[in-house]
Amino acid sequence: MNRMKFTWTRLNKALGRSGTLSLAFLTVVVLAAVLAPLVAPADPNQSSLLDAYAGPSGAHLLGADGIGRDLLSRLIFGARTSLLGPALVVGVSLLLGIPLALLASWYGGWVDGVIARVFDLVYALPGLLLAVLTVALFGPGLTPAVVALSIAYIPFLARIVRAAARQQRVSPYVDALAVQGFGVLRITVRHILRNIVPVVVGQAAIAFGYALLDLASLSYLGLAVQAPTSDWGVMVSDSDALLKGYWFQVTAPGVLIVLTVLALTVLGARISGEKPPGYLRRGRPARAASAPVDAAGNDRTTVGAAA
Amino acid sequence: MARLLLHRLGGLLTTLFLSSVVIYGSLYLAPGSPENVLFGSRSPSAAARAAVRRRLHLDQPLPVRYWDWLTGVLHGDLGTSMVTGQPVADRVGSGLGNTLLLVVMTMILVVLFGLAMGLTAALLPGRVDGVVNALTSVSVTVPSFVASALLISVFAVRLGWFPASGLGQGFGGRVDGLVLPAVALAILSCGFLARVTRNAVRDQLEREHVQTALVRGLPRAVVLRSHVLRNALPPIITAIGLLTAGTFASTLVVESAFAVPGIGQLTIQSVAQKDFPVVQAVALLLVAAFVVCNAAGDLIQAVVDPRLREAGSTS
Repeated sequence: MNRMKFTWTRLNKALGRSGTLSLAFLTVVVLAAVLAPLVAPADPNQSSLLDAYAGPSGAHLLGADGIGRDLLSRLIFGARTSLLGPALVVGVSLLLGIPLALLASWYGGWVDGVIARVFDLVYALPGLLLAVLTVALFGPGLTPAVVALSIAYIPFLARIVRAAARQQRVSPYVDALAVQGFGVLRITVRHILRNIVPVVVGQAAIAFGYALLDLASLSYLGLAVQAPTSDWGVMVSDSDALLKGYWFQVTAPGVLIVLTVLALTVLGARISGEKPPGYLRRGRPARAASAPVDAAGNDRTTVGAAA
Repeated sequence: MARLLLHRLGGLLTTLFLSSVVIYGSLYLAPGSPENVLFGSRSPSAAARAAVRRRLHLDQPLPVRYWDWLTGVLHGDLGTSMVTGQPVADRVGSGLGNTLLLVVMTMILVVLFGLAMGLTAALLPGRVDGVVNALTSVSVTVPSFVASALLISVFAVRLGWFPASGLGQGFGGRVDGLVLPAVALAILSCGFLARVTRNAVRDQLEREHVQTALVRGLPRAVVLRSHVLRNALPPIITAIGLLTAGTFASTLVVESAFAVPGIGQLTIQSVAQKDFPVVQAVALLLVAAFVVCNAAGDLIQAVVDPRLREAGSTS
């Protein structure tokens, strides 16, 4: 018990009030997604036309949609597809981006230059457009969308990892290790990478949020997750309900998307060690916490600053 | 200045050329041959297939076709739609006006409200700053399609102030129909611009030269105008360039949501119909808009800030 309280205090201290709240919310969402078959009150695809647009009741806690499917269950199952896609996107782009970033930061010079140029080119294509083009090639589906967005997110993550690794690269301990004869791989992976883990994890959380937005947009357009499957983006695209005035059908998944992304951004900023704005701190509002890079990685201006 | 201009222009053309190669090349590497779109489920005779392939120039090697396409594009010939048989330039041209009007309206909203909110937050620390910050933290996470859905449900369905989809006749009708899409696009960007503005102005307010000017007794308005705002402008301009570029990409979503006959909707439709010539043209156009906006931001910044001109490069 004491131990739990201790962990709780430490967590609170490290993440702050907003961070802890975000973490709690995300935990609930992830648990709901993982345990969907256990916690959902009904089958998300079971329709009964008698319940079409039924209001909240004992049978349907949040009501039912246009063909009588339970809204709450669809939201819970929707969390699965809505989170799986971004998880894959972030996973793949980290897997490809981290080695590239470490390579660029370690060797510098022309290696850094070439990698920065390639990233510039990828940046010239907006992620959404890249995904739409990929869908044009391979047909709609979650896989092409995830592949395209993974490529689009590599520069976003790699740029941040490179900058952080570059800072470590010039610190004395790296030279000390190099003098002792340790290899490149060992120094970069076991020392540099370990020292920048908070930045990587924090930015990955933020990228997760943006990937969620992009994928939900694609699903909304009918290009990623396909209609009968419950997905938050697909659910927002229910224009029939919208035009008939059943706004809750569309608002509920929309609000879930916004809250999830908000929680991810706040948590990511906290983990990667940015100062929170004054209003999130306890006590008196702080005097101008001027972060040089605004809201973590939102700032896409300094792409390829290496060149 | 001239050197910077040349440097940026070179980079811009290289990026455009490379992305045109990527766009053209990738669409023809697609599984299934493009002519199958025309035949649909029918299975044509070998002669018919060969004839169609010749008409679409598919019997020539890829680099040759790319060269023909590129020279065509540079002469304003974007090819022929495979689905409707219309020239692509006509289809694109009819939507371009709407999309540009939408982007302009969006950016007017973004600049007005984003700057106002950012300045308010920066100049009024404490409670006001807190409220604006909370607002912008939420608004930067509201995707345009969720905003579209909310706006349609409130202002089109509930209140009936604006049409839920499509555009009216004449300029007034077009503007009327584009109000909600513009607001949907502006919400996220407003928050972003407000945050950038707040941080940039705050950053300048803390500088010693500003403090000195205030202590010397210069009027606050003068200090704000010529010491704070002028120095805070570069990141704000970059952000506006970036947001304009992003707005072009987001029209894909919002135009589909509101059924606005523009470039974005045309892209999504052509993708669904596998109308490759149209997809290529529109994608290239969007990339061009994206790249040009980014570069324009950098250039305007160099005009505003002489220090960047001297350095010769903004990157």
